[in-house]
Amino acid sequence: MNAVFWKELADHLGSKRFVIFFFLILIVGGASAYLAAQALFGQETESEYIYLRLFTVSGGGLPSFLGFLAFFGPLIGVVLGFDAINSEFNRGTVSRVLSQPIYRDWWINGKFLAGLTALGIAVASIILIIVGLGLYILGFPPGGAEISRAAMFFVISVVYLGFWLSLGILFSIVFRQTATSALASIALWLFFTLFLYMLAGLIADQVAPIKPGVSADVFAKHESIRDLVLRFSPVALYEEATTAILIPSYRGLGIAALLQEATIPTSPLPLGQSLLIVWPQLVGLVALTSVCFAISYVIFMRREIRST
Amino acid sequence: MSLVVEAKGLKKYYDGVKAVDGLDLEIGEGEIYGLLGPNGAGKTTTILILLGLTEPTAGEVKVLGYNPAREPLKVKRLTGYLPENLGFYDDLSARENLLYTAYLNRIPEREAKKRVAEVLEIVGLSDVAERRVGAFSRGMRQRLGIADVLLKDPKFVILDEPTSGIDPEGAQQILEMIVRLREEKGMTIMLSSHLLHQVQRICDRVGIIHQGKLVAQGSVGELGAVVEEGQHLFEVRASRVDEALLDTLRGIEGVTSVEVEGDLIRVKATEDVRPRIARAVIESGAELVELKGHTYTLEEIYLRYFQE
Ligand SMILES: Nc1ncnc2c1ncn2[C@@H]1O[C@H](COP(=O)(O)OP(=O)(O)OP(=O)(O)O)[C@@H](O)[C@H]1O
Ligand SMILES: [Mg+2]
Repeated sequence: MNAVFWKELADHLGSKRFVIFFFLILIVGGASAYLAAQALFGQETESEYIYLRLFTVSGGGLPSFLGFLAFFGPLIGVVLGFDAINSEFNRGTVSRVLSQPIYRDWWINGKFLAGLTALGIAVASIILIIVGLGLYILGFPPGGAEISRAAMFFVISVVYLGFWLSLGILFSIVFRQTATSALASIALWLFFTLFLYMLAGLIADQVAPIKPGVSADVFAKHESIRDLVLRFSPVALYEEATTAILIPSYRGLGIAALLQEATIPTSPLPLGQSLLIVWPQLVGLVALTSVCFAISYVIFMRREIRST
Repeated sequence: MSLVVEAKGLKKYYDGVKAVDGLDLEIGEGEIYGLLGPNGAGKTTTILILLGLTEPTAGEVKVLGYNPAREPLKVKRLTGYLPENLGFYDDLSARENLLYTAYLNRIPEREAKKRVAEVLEIVGLSDVAERRVGAFSRGMRQRLGIADVLLKDPKFVILDEPTSGIDPEGAQQILEMIVRLREEKGMTIMLSSHLLHQVQRICDRVGIIHQGKLVAQGSVGELGAVVEEGQHLFEVRASRVDEALLDTLRGIEGVTSVEVEGDLIRVKATEDVRPRIARAVIESGAELVELKGHTYTLEEIYLRYFQE
């Protein structure tokens, strides 16, 4: 698996698509952090965790870095995976590789880990660049709590992108044509980033319509149904998890948390508490990734290896 | 002599298509075995089963004593495979492609580099080792494929159509290389082909496969005999052919059949009856224009099997 890992990693880091996407997030991420830093400049007395707000605050028409990563991250993950296996079939390399003494699942795992590492390198360097930018504009270093939360943000982001990578790899096994698997990946990306939000709202409106003068109960039900539907979306899971990590006073989703927030003055939670809140989301993302892997293994393990 | 391949009653059905249909195959150590058959006969499918790259619908296989479906890695550690549609990573150099194979075989780096240089020398590609494989000609790729097979120092080598698409000179070189491998390293070699005269020259034994069944097997000489059940064929040209002559010929001891085709008489017999034929023709009053014995080439043997 080592051999596969290093070869694939070298392929990724040298590939045009990786370089293009890397610079794309670098430019957009850098710009949004820069604008955020400008907006935050001079407020440092009011708020702790100002470095974290570089990731969540949006300014000047650009989305926040977090929003950008939640929306475009999947595309980057999928792009590194969608032709992992089918391109080997198309090039005819699959017969040669799999007639060497390696297990088929090692091959998939090696490709996955290489993609994940490439994604990790990209995300880590961009986070570091944003922090560096903050240091330059704000003029003081981040605190220990901020660093550990930023590290957590990094981990969750990599897990999130890893899910999309595993989805891309799954599609590269299911579909023989790279064009088909690219299209399928993009379709699923649009579904989760756009349509599921509309769908969730639609379903909630059907079950618990909000008309003028409805009770708080109906309102709460509407929200909880919406949340329930969104639970199936990795994008929503990621947004929730990272919000809890990057906004230390965040206490969870839903109307209960909202009401609480209104009555109790918000104080930042310790990292451990925030982690407890996001634990289910994190487990959900890992579970979704495992599902992709399980399906990939089942399909690929017994497939005939014939290069045509 | 121990058996390298032992297959009994192999079957592989693709929903309705009987690609391999009850094949028995035995290949002894140090043999060069040729699998012959027209397109779609089931050659590649048989090879895939031997390598564990597809599972047989029924039947038992042992390669070097291991079941390829259950212990694929043990088989692949000892078996080299040259697929029919050979693919390389086009943007890597010849040397890098081979190094990757070496690492997949867990050959340590230093050893791997040495071995790669060696096999490139054997196939005569040392000069272009650093060139991108994408720029290689068909013949160069094929030789690189053989280098790739040799890297792991296999006991058993399977070559699927090793000379297809190669010019006569290149094919000649490849065939010589195959013979040398057996002589120098004692490898057992199985190759599939439809280029009969080549197979005829280098194979100790051939199997003729048709619609998934092995219709004949043996050395080229044996097969010729089998085709005609131990009969000799003679072609006779006489200045005048009439029924009386044919009757005389039919009456000769050992002659089993006499056919006329234009002015050509074909006589089949169980022994060499040329002197008796000559006498019969002359005694009939005609002149003997031509009389020759006929030995079967593999091509004719092969055609005979596929005419029906
Ligand atoms: N995946 C598949 N699904 C259905 N039929 C298949 C499949 N693979 C092969 N076949 C059929 O099985 C038969 C044997 O194919 P195979 O590739 O073994 O032939 P071959 O002897 O190698 O021929 P060629 O000389 O063209 O390489 C063919 O009729 C082919 O159409
Ligand atoms: Mg074939």
